[in-house]
Parts: sequence; structure tokens; C-alpha cells
Amino acid sequence: MKALSQKRRHPLAAVALLLLGLLLTGGLYAAATSINEAQASNAADVYSASDVEEGERLFVANCATCHGINAEGSDAGPSLIGSGAAAVDFQVGTGRMPMQMSGPQAQKKPAQFNDEQTMQLSAYVASLGSGPAVPAAEYLDVEEGNIARGGELFRINCAMCHNAAAAGGALTEGKYAPGLDGVESVHIYEAMVTGPQNMPEFTDANIPPEDKRDIIAFLKNNESQSAPGGFALGSLGPVSEGLLIWTLGLALLIGSMVWLTSRSS
Amino acid sequence: MGEHGNGDPSTGAVIKAGEGRSSGYAIDNPGLPPHRPRLADADEKAAKRAERQVSALFLISIIGTVMFFVGYFAVGVTAGDLNMLRLQNTLLGVGVAFAMLGIGLGVVQWARALMPDHEVVEDRKPLRKEEDRAEAAQTVDEILDETQIKRRPLLRNTLIGAALLAPLPAVVVFRDLDRSEDFGPERMRHTLWTEGVRLVRDPTGTPIRASDLTVGSAVHAIPETLREVSGHGDRLAEKAKAVVLLIRMNPDDFEAVTPGREDWKHEGIIACSKVCTHVGCPVALYERHTHHLLCPCHQSTFDAAAEFKVTFGPAGRPLPQLPITVDDEGFLIARSDFTEPVGPTYWERG
Amino acid sequence: MSSQSLESKYTEEQYSEVDQYQPATRTGKIANYVDQRVGGTGMVREFGRKVFPDHWTFMFGEVALYSFVITVISGAFLTFWFDPSMASTRYDGAYVPLQGVEMSTAYATSLELSFDVRGGLFMRQLHHWAALMFIMAMAIHMLRVFFTGAFRKPRELNWVVGCTLLLAGLGAGFTGYSLPDEVLSGNGLRIIDGMLKAIPVVGTYISFFLFGGEFPGDEVIPRLYSLHIFIIPAVILILIAVHLFMVVTHKHTQYPGPGRTERNVVGYPIGPVYAAKAGGFFFVVFGVLALLAGTFQINALWNYGPYDPSPVQAGTQPDWYIGWFDGLLRLMPGYIGDIPLEFVLPTPWGGNSVATPVLVTFIPITALLLGLFVWPWIEAWITGDKKEHHILDRPRNVPGRTAFGMAMMIWYFVMWAAASSDLIATHFSLSFNDVLIWLRVLFFAGPILTFIITKRICLALQRKDREIVLHGNEAGVIEMLPHGEFREKHTRVSDYELYTLVSYESPEVTAARPNSRGKVGLLEKSRVTLNRTFFEDRVAPVSREEYIEALSHDDHGTAAELPAGSVGAIESKKN
Repeated sequence: MKALSQKRRHPLAAVALLLLGLLLTGGLYAAATSINEAQASNAADVYSASDVEEGERLFVANCATCHGINAEGSDAGPSLIGSGAAAVDFQVGTGRMPMQMSGPQAQKKPAQFNDEQTMQLSAYVASLGSGPAVPAAEYLDVEEGNIARGGELFRINCAMCHNAAAAGGALTEGKYAPGLDGVESVHIYEAMVTGPQNMPEFTDANIPPEDKRDIIAFLKNNESQSAPGGFALGSLGPVSEGLLIWTLGLALLIGSMVWLTSRSS
Repeated sequence: MGEHGNGDPSTGAVIKAGEGRSSGYAIDNPGLPPHRPRLADADEKAAKRAERQVSALFLISIIGTVMFFVGYFAVGVTAGDLNMLRLQNTLLGVGVAFAMLGIGLGVVQWARALMPDHEVVEDRKPLRKEEDRAEAAQTVDEILDETQIKRRPLLRNTLIGAALLAPLPAVVVFRDLDRSEDFGPERMRHTLWTEGVRLVRDPTGTPIRASDLTVGSAVHAIPETLREVSGHGDRLAEKAKAVVLLIRMNPDDFEAVTPGREDWKHEGIIACSKVCTHVGCPVALYERHTHHLLCPCHQSTFDAAAEFKVTFGPAGRPLPQLPITVDDEGFLIARSDFTEPVGPTYWERG
Repeated sequence: MSSQSLESKYTEEQYSEVDQYQPATRTGKIANYVDQRVGGTGMVREFGRKVFPDHWTFMFGEVALYSFVITVISGAFLTFWFDPSMASTRYDGAYVPLQGVEMSTAYATSLELSFDVRGGLFMRQLHHWAALMFIMAMAIHMLRVFFTGAFRKPRELNWVVGCTLLLAGLGAGFTGYSLPDEVLSGNGLRIIDGMLKAIPVVGTYISFFLFGGEFPGDEVIPRLYSLHIFIIPAVILILIAVHLFMVVTHKHTQYPGPGRTERNVVGYPIGPVYAAKAGGFFFVVFGVLALLAGTFQINALWNYGPYDPSPVQAGTQPDWYIGWFDGLLRLMPGYIGDIPLEFVLPTPWGGNSVATPVLVTFIPITALLLGLFVWPWIEAWITGDKKEHHILDRPRNVPGRTAFGMAMMIWYFVMWAAASSDLIATHFSLSFNDVLIWLRVLFFAGPILTFIITKRICLALQRKDREIVLHGNEAGVIEMLPHGEFREKHTRVSDYELYTLVSYESPEVTAARPNSRGKVGLLEKSRVTLNRTFFEDRVAPVSREEYIEALSHDDHGTAAELPAGSVGAIESKKN
């Protein structure tokens, strides 16, 4: 065990662990019946057969190198059997997949596929085994959400990684929790359900869909409002405030001091 | 530097600290440089210009104050409208800034450009004259003599005794800063967890079924009995000791189990105190694939797969593990209290 | 005993003069009115034309004073709405995302202050920015005093007063930071609680007495409040009064330069120039702070939520001046390899825990703060300099002190930077583990490297000064000599500039002095070692002989090419 923990320090170990973890989770999803199953609608109800077919074609061309020709996984990527449509929609929809480069974690970037292609890929993966589905529109309607309650849930369950103002924060070994500003409601929901990368899962048993809607409503409300006190300095708290007083604050002071003690021409 | 040398810098003048004063240097003190008149001193036009500059700054100050009033009275901030609040705050701030900077910069410019700028030399007075000091010492001696304190040691000794004791009440009177009935470090050994207490979700208070947790889930839990604690302060103090993080991992991922802890888990579900063993921040960041728990305050990292041992950072002990099981209805319950005090190390912990 | 004579040494006329004096001018009338009652004219006569040297670096103390005044003004405003009670309440104010949430009255009134009181948000931000500036200005002021040697005799005690002010400022800042009772400051308090508990024997009890029981309870905020608005500000005010009184007694120091001596003060009289500049500067400082408060958000406490021991957030940091404590806590590892540093001390009653990882952080804190207080005496002991000083040092002319000060600054900076290791990591795409490991290395290596580098830079600058004194400035003109040699023309600097470059003390390394029994003790040996690190490799100022020699070497060193006055000064010395 000691040897393992030492190897864990190796930079590639993080990636290996990540992949291992994804692989395990994927496998478990396929095997175990999870609470999400109730919500995960049968792929055949939502997606047409042609969607699945087109999705498989896209998958083979773009994803199979790492995830295997039948999405059974490989050394380079986890199995997607049982990952569900939500995971695909999140990973592909936010541009994290296909992955640009290996690193501590997949980075957000402009999406590689359009909405239709993403839907087709989701349809294909959903057809492989049951998993969390793309959320229904009613759970994304922020008008219905309770902002205050969402805030409370956010502070207990999310703020420790994503920061109280959702500005993001550091995790171990170079990983990080991204800022949530500008992330689409559907992707926030899907991230909670599927737990991408190292994020824990918040299944519907633990945070019911209505509560997730509250959290999204809280985030969207904050996004729509400007910072009341002026420039928010990245919402990073005392560090950026200290930096400002030692840069701009000090520069303004020194400027006025030098002028004040200089001789007039 | 070319052909001409720079001398030997280490053998030049030796002016020992304090000896130098103003003599013994390479050249003597040449005195103040001649005064150079400013434009405004010689040219009345320049002086007028300076005057106009200063008044313009004062006018800016007036505009700033008006701006403040506009922000205060004209900007209507309805409840919850942060955009308008921001506008108001900006107008108030920038208004006051102009009001103040206008006056400040104006007065300074007035002093720089128009008031006399001749440097003045003032002599330093020696801090105290020798004879003054002698006289003062003598006065003190005389006063002491008149009190007879040296001749009457009984007076002196009893006074010292009294003066040493007298401040003690001022210390003792603060004893009741902590009036709790269970005063003392012993109370830090117990939390609300006892056998059979259900783990409920924070903050909703709903009980947790083992089947609610999928692999990769993390739930922040508190004891169900917490809501029965009366008093805001007591409830916070109990919560501060009892907060727990519940996570479910793949059972194969667990490393060796310490003897005696075999039945502390339920399937892959494991619970630990959320209070960091370093200085007490909530260790709430869980990474599902690395099984790392991270404290955002000082980056202590704990490995959930290895009974929360420390893998990085300043924490000096693993997080205490809460023994759990499920009750008849399938809800998670505690098997007992923590088997060690939670939170930062303290002297009496032992 | 004979009865004492009732005769006064003053005459009756002197007493009655008061009633007969008829002032001529309007100002005179006011002055007379005041003087007949409280005798203020003596003070005006004394202070009205008191001379203060003028240099921009002398103004940081004023910034500190002014920002303190602004924190008092804005803080007084805040007290009218803020209620430090920890009684539980349900928020129903204007901020929508917290409506209906249960919280303490302290947090609820902080929110009310920000969202429902017009101008309240501005005043809160002004208060906070002014507090940050207050401590920053004190810190820079102290650095200025340190690097120019202004703390030397007779000002050592005033330096101590200043150090105490800095501590009081830190106390004021921390107690204020905790008052709103939100998650961020609550976790700050929790860290303090953890640090207190680590103190052997008494720590646990100190924590109990501070919190009125177990952390957090509901008594700590009112207690911090009375410290924050009453006790600490009172201490600061008294210390400021003492500090300023001593400045007046000592008269201000001045930089070396023509006309300046140890026996005089050169500058502007208080009335009108200095008073106008200093008074105007108050408004400038106020304006700068108002600008910050109006445009930059500080401590967005509505984001953090009411304090609750369960939540925490990424980027949990204290205000900048507490940062180095936090950084130290991060730097100190809990384990070396697999060996825990924490241990149980066996005692007859069972054993006591020693929280080494926390306790070790007290060492640099104590060293830096205590070192700050006693530095004037340490330096005097090392250098053996017991004389009065009113002329400041140019930092380069005291390489030992400057290098040591820079080393300590870097040491502080490493601890400070460690407090934002997580943000450094996310903003530069690094791993915070690596950032911390590098900072651990720098914690030890940084000060040493800085000492060496700074000392070399100082010596190089001194050599440059020698070069300018001996040969003048490079004129940027290449001339060809009759025999074909090219060289750059140098222009000699005026005596006024020259004097600044040569008028500094340059002590040599002093040998060990045996004590009364004729032995060199260990203490004296260490003194000599320190003395050597301070003064070895010294670059001496140009001596009179060297200067005259250099003048005579000057091919074109004729009177015509020298600035007026300089030759005269030299010639008169030759005779």
C-alpha cells in the first residue's frame, strides 16, 4: 500500500487513477441499479433509432480510439456503458470531450459537436445501458426555483470546491473546481447528477430534482445581478482585496505623495 | 571606467558611527543650495494661473458633493435590485472621492505653487542639559527621602505585598467568561453521536438510506438529535463537533483496516468527522476518484481509502472515523460516538 | 518652623496685565480670548513655525494616521445599525438570496446595513478599505524607518510605540473581520480557536474563556465587538498621542544633504506650507479611499452566508495582514515522511498532547514580532554605536542592515504568499502541492539569498557613488584627444550633490573587546561575528585626500569647468 501511495505522487498517476476511477464507476453503473434509474427514461422513448445509429457512427469516428469501438473502454478511456445520456451531454456539450490533451483533468473548451450531434451521441451511449438522462425542462426552469433555499444547499454542498461566489477553487495535485459563471443550467444539472471528473455525485435521492433546480436558480440569480459594491475582483475574497490595496491603492498614494512633496515649477 | 582607477574603496575614509557629524567628509557641508524661484514667484501671470487651477479643483469638489446627493436621493434602489445599488454605491463613492480630492489636491497645489517655498533651518535643542538631569535626579532623591521609604522597611515591604496582591481580583473577576456547567476540557471528548442516532442530511434534516448513496456520492450529515438542542449557541457548539462527511466508495478500494474498525463501515459507506485535525476548518472537499479529502483552509489532504490518513499538508492526525451501520428501516445510524476527540489537538487530549 | 512669606516672585502688574491687554487685530482678539482662559498662544508660538522636513517617504505615517481617522469616522456610522448579538433571527431584508434564512442578528444587521441603509454599503466598504490601508501604511512607514535607520537613538522608544501600534492595528483588524458572523470570518475564528488550543497547558482554557464555553457558542461576537470598538481603538488613540508627542520632542529626522546637519532641521514651517500640505493630504487620502469604496467591492459578506460550522468555501483566506500567520500554518507539514510531528508527552496523569505542527508556526511569528521590537538595541549592540542620530542613512550606505531587512521582508513575503497557495495554483495552472513545496524551500533559502544579493547590490551602488564623486557623471560626449585617444567626457557634479554622496559614516569591523576579566566571552564573540557580517567588504566614502587627488588628475580640472563654489570649498581646505 505504501508503494502505491508513493507512486501516486507521479504526475501520470493522477491520470491513471482518474481513468481507473472512471472505468470502475462506469462498470458499476452498468452492473448496479442506481436510484437514478427511475429517472433515466428508456432510451427508446426519447431518441429515435436513427439518432442512435447516427450517434454510433459519430462515436466510432471520434470517441472509439479511447473509449473502445463498443464503448467498452480501454487503457486510455473508461467504459461508457451505463454512463447515461446526461454524462455525454455534459462532457461533449461543454467541450471537455473529445479531450484536447491529457492533464490533471479535462478542460472546458468550445464544443466540437453541434447540438444535434451531441444529442445523437447521447442517444447512442444511452442505448448501451441505463444511466442518468438529460434532465427534463421543468427542472431547469429557474423561475420556479427557490433562490434562498438554493443558496443554502449550494453553501453546504458546493461552495467548498466551487467558492461561495461560484468563482472556482483548487483541488489537489493541480486539479480544480471550475467557476460556474456562464455555465448552462442543463450542464450544471448534469454535472450534479453524473459527478464528472473528481466531482462527487449528487443523486436525486440526496438532492432531489427540485432542490437541484433551487441551486440552479440561485446561481442564475447571482449571474444576472451585478456585484453591488463595484468591481468584484474575481470574487476571490481577501487575497484579491489585499492585492488591490498593495497595487492600485499604494500607487495612488505614492503618486500623490511624490507630487505633494515636489517643488512646483 | 577606462584607465582611471576608482581608488581602493575599502581603504577610504573611516568615519566611525557617530563620529562623523558634518566634518571629516571629502568636502565640507556646502550649506543650502540657493533658492530657485518658481514661475509663480516671478510672474504674476503664472501666479494667476495657479490660482485658477486651485479654484477649479475646489469647483470639482463641489461637483463631487452634488454627485453624492444625486446618488443618494435620485437613485431609487428597490429591494433586491443589485444593479441599482451598484450604481448608487458608485455615485456615492465617486462623489465623495471628487469632493475630497478636489479640496485636498486644491489645498496642496495652493501650498506648492503660491505659499512661500523657502526652506527654513531650525536648530535642534539638545534633548536635556546635563545639569537638568542632575537636578532632576536630586529632586527624585529628595522626594524619596521625604517619604522615608528607605528608613522604614516595614512600610516598604507591606506596600509591595499589598501592591502585588491587589491586581489579582482584576484577573479573577474574568473567571465567569465561561459560565458553562460542564466547564473543563472533558466535554470536548463527547459529541451528540451515540448508538442508534440517525445520520441526517445537512441542512434539510432528512434521514439517509444506505441505498441513497451511489459510489462517488458525498453527503454532509449531522445527528438527528441536533434539532433537539435548545439555544442557538449550544446548537452551533454541538454542530461544530458533530458534522460528518459520508462517502461511498467501491469496497475494493479500501486499504487495510485497523483491527477493531472492521464493522465501522457499511458496505462501501464510510463516515468521518468533518473537523480538520489541524486547526478545525471543515474538511469538506471530496475527490471521488483519488479518494482525497481536502481542507480548503490549509490544504491538509486526507485519504478516505486509508482511514483518512494524512497525505499532504499540516494536519498531524487522521480524521476521526465515525462507526456507522444501518437500522431496520435501512437508514444509516451511528454505532457509537467518535472513539477519540474530534477537531484540533489540545493539551489535555492525551 | 517660620511661617512662609505670602510674597510672590511675580509683581502685581504682571498679574493685572492680563485684564488690561487690548489686542489690535481680529486674530489677536480671538487669540487673547483663548489665551486668557487656557493659555494657548504659547503653543501657537512654539508650533506655528515649527519646521518639518519634506520628503515623500515621510508621509506614510500620515497616511496611517489619516486612514485610522477614516476608520473611526466610518466605524462610528456603522455602529448605529450594527448589532453584535448572536441571537438567532430570520432574515427578511432586501437581499433576495438570503430571505427567510435563519442567521444571527449580527449577520442580519450587517446585511441590513449593506442593502437597506442608503450609503451603508459605501460606508462599510470605506471602513474596510481604510482598515487595509491603515495597516499597509503602518507597515511601509516602519520599513521606511527601518531602512533609513530612523529608529536609532534617541528614537528607540518611539519605535517600540510604533511596533505596539502595529500589533494593536492587527488586533483591530482581526476583531473587525470576525464581527459580521458569516462563514468566512467564522472559519477564521475557528482557526484562531485551533491555534489557541494548541498552546500547552493554558490554551484550551484561553479558548473556553474567549468563546464562553465550547467553540463557537453565542458570546464571542459581542466580546470581539467591545474589543473592536472600544478597547483597541482607545489603545491606538493613546499610542498615537504618545507617538506624535515623541516626534515633536525629537524633531523629525532628515535625509543627508547640503545644509543638513545633526544639529539642525531643514524644511518647511508648519504654518502655512506644511499645515496646508498635511491637511490637504488628509482629503487626498480620504478621496483615494472613497474612490476604492465606490468602485471596488470588498468583503462581499452576502455571498458567504450565515456562520454555520458545517460549510466552508474554496479560497478561505484572512485579510492581508493576517495572511502570513495563515501561510505559516500551510507551510508547516504535519508529517515528515510517515512520521507524525504531533506527539503525546507522557505524564503521571496519562499524557498531554503536543500539537507540534501548529506550535512550530509560533516560532517565526515570535521571532519576527519580538525582533521588530528589540531591533534598535540589537543593532546598537552589534555596531557599538551609542550616539544620537538625526540624519538618516541612505539604505545603500548601511549594506548590513539593508540586506538583513530585505531578507526578513522576503521571509515575510514567503509566508504571506503561502496563504494564497491555492489561488496561485489555480491562476497559474499549477498544483498547490508543488507551490507549497517550493515555498517551503524558499522559506529557508529565500532570506539567505536575499541577504547576499542585497548586500552586493548595496556595495555596487556605493561604488557607483564613489565613481561619480571621483570622476563625475558620464556626459554622453566622446572626445578625441590630440594623440588620437577617444574617451568619454565626464562632468563633475556640484558640491551640493557631492556632499550627499560623501557624507556618510562607514565604520570598520571592530575587534572583540575583552571583558573586565580580560576574556572574550561567547556573547562578545557572537557580537564580533555579527559585526563582521555587517561591515566587512565595506565601501568607504571618498576621503578628502582621494578627492583632491582625483581633481588634480582631471586633465580638464580647471576652475572654469567646475561648478561654482566647489573649488572654493576645496581650496579653502587646502590652506
